[in-house]
Amino acid sequence: MSKLRTGVLGVFPHLDTATAAIRRLRQEGFQLTVYSPTPRHEVEEALGTKESPVRIFTLVGAFTGTAAGTALATWASLDWPLVVGGKEIIALPAFSVIMFEVTILLGALSTVAGLFILGRIPHVGQPEAPMYHPSFTSGNFGVFAHAPRDRYGDVQRIMTESGSEEVLVDQR
Amino acid sequence: METVTRSAFHPEVESYEQVNRDAMRLLTPPGRGYVALLGMSVALVGLLVFAELHNVLYGLGMIGDNWAVMITTFVFWVGIGHAGTLISAILYLFRAPWRQAIYRFAEAMTVFAVLTAALFPLLHIGRPWFFYWLLPLPSQRQIWPNFRSPLLWDVFAVTTYLTVSSVFFFIGLIPDIAAARDAATTPLRKRIYGVLSLGWRGTDREWRHFTRAYLFLAALATPLVLSVHSVVSWDFAVSIVPGWHTTIFAPYFVAGAILSGVAMVVTLMVPVHKIFRLGAYFTPVHYDRLAKLLLLTSIIVGYAYGMEYFMAWYSGELYERDVFWDRVTGDYWWAGWSMITFNAFVPQLLWIKKIRQNLNAFFIISVFVNIGMWYERFVIIVPSLTHSYEPWKFWNFHMTWVDAGLLLGSFGWFFMWFLLFLRTLPGLSMAEIKEVLPPPMRHPEHHAHDQADAVRETLPTGYDEREVR
Repeated sequence: MSKLRTGVLGVFPHLDTATAAIRRLRQEGFQLTVYSPTPRHEVEEALGTKESPVRIFTLVGAFTGTAAGTALATWASLDWPLVVGGKEIIALPAFSVIMFEVTILLGALSTVAGLFILGRIPHVGQPEAPMYHPSFTSGNFGVFAHAPRDRYGDVQRIMTESGSEEVLVDQR
Repeated sequence: METVTRSAFHPEVESYEQVNRDAMRLLTPPGRGYVALLGMSVALVGLLVFAELHNVLYGLGMIGDNWAVMITTFVFWVGIGHAGTLISAILYLFRAPWRQAIYRFAEAMTVFAVLTAALFPLLHIGRPWFFYWLLPLPSQRQIWPNFRSPLLWDVFAVTTYLTVSSVFFFIGLIPDIAAARDAATTPLRKRIYGVLSLGWRGTDREWRHFTRAYLFLAALATPLVLSVHSVVSWDFAVSIVPGWHTTIFAPYFVAGAILSGVAMVVTLMVPVHKIFRLGAYFTPVHYDRLAKLLLLTSIIVGYAYGMEYFMAWYSGELYERDVFWDRVTGDYWWAGWSMITFNAFVPQLLWIKKIRQNLNAFFIISVFVNIGMWYERFVIIVPSLTHSYEPWKFWNFHMTWVDAGLLLGSFGWFFMWFLLFLRTLPGLSMAEIKEVLPPPMRHPEHHAHDQADAVRETLPTGYDEREVR
């Protein structure tokens, strides 16, 4: 489901006005891209965001790591069985360290992979919403409503009524 | 009508914008003092290179016996790293709001400390270009590294730690690099930060996955950091050298690591605080919490020292008793007593509120702990090795100029990275400090329940937090 490439951007200096605009625009059926300088649960609630599936990446990566660590230590030890210090060839207490470290390593790396894939980072090519304002990493919240040209008027009205200080229209 | 609500932790920070302005002040062109410090660090790195060149050209003959200084310094720097991960990951899981302002510095310290520590295993092997023999690759005879050896565990633990803490550090930096990009005034800076920010714009999609990914990275880094120094301690504990072969080593090393790391955080924080006037971010509350952390770990370490002596006596083992007696009365009594005094006794001064509140006093205590923790590793390594089982095997340790060069050079290397970081990447986490600020509201009263309780934590410090600044 790709979002429309046209729309209207509202700049909101306040969180409550931004969430109010998000709620009203969602009621009207617009798809939104919301910018915020810091993660706020109010924004997520207004957007009705669901739990991120990054956790599945973490889980799968971590278990793959456990398996890989076990396999590496076991297989390498069997490849040339050499008794050292009277220990078993497959010495699980000793291998547990390797298993643990590889669990963490692959778990962490696949979490990052999950973030990159799901969050579309690094962002190359066309961004999700065509409009942006540098103040969104500083103090302002931004709501971009993906809307066809004939509905720009409605969106602008909702944004201004909710308390947007600046409404920018995509002119292309 | 606009009401301004202030964060209990940062009462002097008025708005989100102010956070960005203040954080960007760190990224302005540096002055002469900075260049001088950086020059000194680079000079020390030169010393490191020179000492190592001697090792490469003439062999390890000029390294004091048993690589004593190299191993000591390795354990010292790995330990320093631990406090950064404690603050960035463990306190994140605990949702400690005082973490936000200081964690970036602490985490940068972690990455650079582990980067410094990683030098020593590589250099101590004598031919560092064969470092890949440490990795799980078979030799030409198809023999693999010994997975039952603590030294290989160490390779896995330290490389994993370096990788995961660097990744965690960089992921946390992304939103702030984007802020630096948006605030950049020159096209070159804009371009560099633009590339490094990976196109971050702070959209709901990005934040949604970012916050979760960050949580899981923190959750993975937490057991990792506890494991790393445990594994380092097993390098010693798994062998049967008297003074090393004890089960207390893992928790003792982890507590010691956090003690030394918190001390290093304070050693770095106080000058940065004073030079950049970051009083609005590094408040007395932060120092108070750090002091308590230092106090707690100092007590644990003191307990471990006592317990080691108790076990040496209680075990009835001659060699164990002898080594521990030798530590405080033998050739290295000065190191033994420095360790006990600086780590277990000096930090007890922090019970006194006046001292805890005084930045200068706290800074001096933290420097003492840093020295004491280097001595702790020295005391574990040298007296045990010079005084193990057979009297004819006793020897004396002498530090050579190569040892000293590598030790001093490691500080140069660490501070070089830290100084470069300070002026190029955002040292204050703008996005995360905003999490503990009250969000800008047009109608605050209607949303009273919306404002996170995190920002309204009452301060159990017992003194006016504006007093000391």
